[in-house]
Amino acid sequence: MQNRFQHLFDKKSENILNVYFTAGYPNLDSTKELLHNLEVAGADIVEIGMPYSDPLADGPTLQKSSAVALENGMSITVLFEQLQDIRSETQLPIVLMGYLNPVLQYGLEAFLKHCANLQIDGLILPDMPLSIYQSDYAVLFNKYQIKPIFLITPSTSEARIRAIDTLSEAFIYVVSTANTTGSDQLFTDATIQYFKRIKNMQLQTPCLIGFGVSRHDHFKETCKYASGAIIGSAFIRHVQSKGISSSSIQSFIGSIKGSYVLQ
Amino acid sequence: MQQYQINEDGFYGNFGGAYIPEMLYPNIEELKNKYTDIIKSEQFQQSFRLLLKDYVGRPSPLYFAKRLSQQYKAQIYLKREDLCHTGAHKINNTIGQILLAKSLKKSRIIAETGAGQHGVATATVCALMGMECIVYMGAHDIQRQAPNVGRMKMLGAKVIAVHSGSKTLKDATNEAIRDWISHPTNTHYIIGSVVGPHPYPDMVARFQSVISEEIQLQLMEQTGRDYPDKIIACVGGGSNAAGAFYHYIDQTKVDLIAVEAAGAGLYSGKSAATSVLGTEGIIHASKTLLMQTADGQIVEPHSISAGLDYPGIGPMHAHLLTTKRAKAIAITDQEALQAAYHLSQVEGIIPALETAHAFAALEKIRFHKNEVVVVNLSGRGDKDLQTYLKYADQFINQKHKSDAK
Repeated sequence: MQNRFQHLFDKKSENILNVYFTAGYPNLDSTKELLHNLEVAGADIVEIGMPYSDPLADGPTLQKSSAVALENGMSITVLFEQLQDIRSETQLPIVLMGYLNPVLQYGLEAFLKHCANLQIDGLILPDMPLSIYQSDYAVLFNKYQIKPIFLITPSTSEARIRAIDTLSEAFIYVVSTANTTGSDQLFTDATIQYFKRIKNMQLQTPCLIGFGVSRHDHFKETCKYASGAIIGSAFIRHVQSKGISSSSIQSFIGSIKGSYVLQ
Repeated sequence: MQQYQINEDGFYGNFGGAYIPEMLYPNIEELKNKYTDIIKSEQFQQSFRLLLKDYVGRPSPLYFAKRLSQQYKAQIYLKREDLCHTGAHKINNTIGQILLAKSLKKSRIIAETGAGQHGVATATVCALMGMECIVYMGAHDIQRQAPNVGRMKMLGAKVIAVHSGSKTLKDATNEAIRDWISHPTNTHYIIGSVVGPHPYPDMVARFQSVISEEIQLQLMEQTGRDYPDKIIACVGGGSNAAGAFYHYIDQTKVDLIAVEAAGAGLYSGKSAATSVLGTEGIIHASKTLLMQTADGQIVEPHSISAGLDYPGIGPMHAHLLTTKRAKAIAITDQEALQAAYHLSQVEGIIPALETAHAFAALEKIRFHKNEVVVVNLSGRGDKDLQTYLKYADQFINQKHKSDAK
C-alpha cells in the first residue's frame, strides 16, 4: 500500500493545509461532496471527524456539528459505506478523527481492518493515551498499516515529544493553545516560543499546528514554524453559514491560503 | 484471592485507567505521582482530620433505627452522613481535595455537580480556603435543585449552566473537563465522585473511606462486632457507596449492596441503572460500565434524583458488581419517593432523593432475623422539598391532611 503521507511530504514540505470536517454535517450525505470540493480547492490532507456524543476535546462549534451529524444518522458503519469507493475518486491522504469509545464498540481490530480496506491513511483518537497505545494497540495499527497521529501540547515534555516522534509515521498534531478546539485568539508570545522550541527539536516527523488556526494570518504564522496547519472549527463555521458548494469551499480555502479575500 | 483494590496502573480488574487527551496528561501525571505521598503525609492527615472533626462535625453518628428495625426484622443502623456540614457526605472529599490542591499550589477550583451537594461542598471549602470556585451544573439540574444553586452563589461560587446533551451531570462533567483542558496550570478539578481518570476514583474513595472507618468503630461499640452483615448505599457515580464499602471490600462475609436508579422503570428507556443496562466502554476518561448505543454513543439517562442521573458508574463499582462482590438493586422514581416519605414519617428523617433509593431497597431484600444492616444515609432532603411536595397527595395520608384543616 502506498504511503500517501510520504508522497505528500516528499512533494511539499511547507504550507500544508489539513482541513477537518465532521462526517454527517451539514447533511448525512455531505461526506463525498466535501471531500471532492476540498481536493479541488487545494486542501492537502482531509481529516474526517467521526461524531461522538461526548467530545471532550472539542469546543462548542464541533460539539454542535457532531450533535447534528448524530441526529442525521451518522455512525462509523454509515461513514465506511460512504467511503466505499473513495480511492477511485481521490488520492488525498485521509485521516479519521474520533473518540476511543465508538471505535472500541465497533471493535478496534475490525475498525482498523476496515480502514485498511478503504485505504484510510491515519487515525487521530485524542483520548487514546500513548501508554495504552504502546502496550495494547500498536500491534494492530502496524498490522493494518494505519498511522496513529498523536497530539503534543505546550506542556508535553521533550522526552515525550521524542517518544511520539519515534512512533509517528504521518504527522504530529501540535496543539497550539491549552484549549479545546475552536477558540479564536491570536498566538501569544509564549505560544510562539513553544512553536520555536518544537521547530528547533528538528523532529523526523512533519508537524502540523492545530487549535486556534482560523484565518490567513494564523496560517501564515504557523507555516513559519511547522510544515503546515489544521483547520477545523473555522471551516465548520464557514460551512454552517455558506454551505458546501464548490465555490463556497474554494473561497474558504483561498482565504486561508491568502489567494482569495473572503467576501 | 480476588483483588478488589486498585492496581498500580490505576485499574480495578478490567476497569479504570486514564483515557485522557494529551492536554490533561501533565495534570493527571502530577496528581498520580503525588497524591499518595501528600495524603499520607502527617501534615495533610493532621489538617484533614482536624477539619473533619471541627468543621464537618465528624464522626457522624451511627443511629440504631428502632422502628425500621422492627418493620424489617433486622437490626438497622443508619450512618448519618446527612448530619455532616452542608448536609451530605460530599464534603469529606472536598475537604481532602482542597488540601491537596493547596499542596499542589493551585489557585482556581472547578467542579461539576448534579444534585448540587458536591457543588455546595466545593463552594464551601473554597470559601474556607479563599480560593476561586467555578461550578458547572446542567441547566436541567439548576431548575430542579434551586436551593443548592442559591447556597453555592451565597458561598461565593460562580455557577455556570451547561446546556449541552441532557443538561445534567454527564454534561456538567464534560464541561468541567473542557475547562480544565483550557486552564491546565493554575486549576485543580475537584471531581465529586469515584469517576473520571485515575487517580480520581481511588483518591475520592480514600477521602470517603472515613465513613466505613467510623462504621467499624461505632459498630464495635454498639454491637460488639466491627462489621455488619449488609451495607446498603445508593450509587450514581458511587462515592458514598465507595466510602461505606471501603474497609469491608476484602471482607467477603459483608454483603455490599449498591442501589441504582431505575427511573421510570428498569427497561422503560428512562433509567439510570448502569450495572444492568450498561456495557463496557469509556466515559469521562475511565473504562467502566456505561449506558451506550451499539455505536458507542453515550445514552442520556433518567432519574428523578439529579445525583443518580448519570449514565456511568465508578470503575471500582463496575469491578465489584461484575465480579459479584457487590450486588445491585434497581429502584424506580416512584419507589424512592415512597421510601422518602416513609423514612420521614417513621424515623423523623427527611432523606435526599438519592439516599431515598437506598431505603427503598429495604423492601427488596429478605433479611435473616436480626442481622446487622447499615444503610448509608448519604444526604438530607431539604434540597428536594420542591420535588417531594409535588407528590405530597400520594404519600401524606388522609388523617394527617384533615388534621391540618
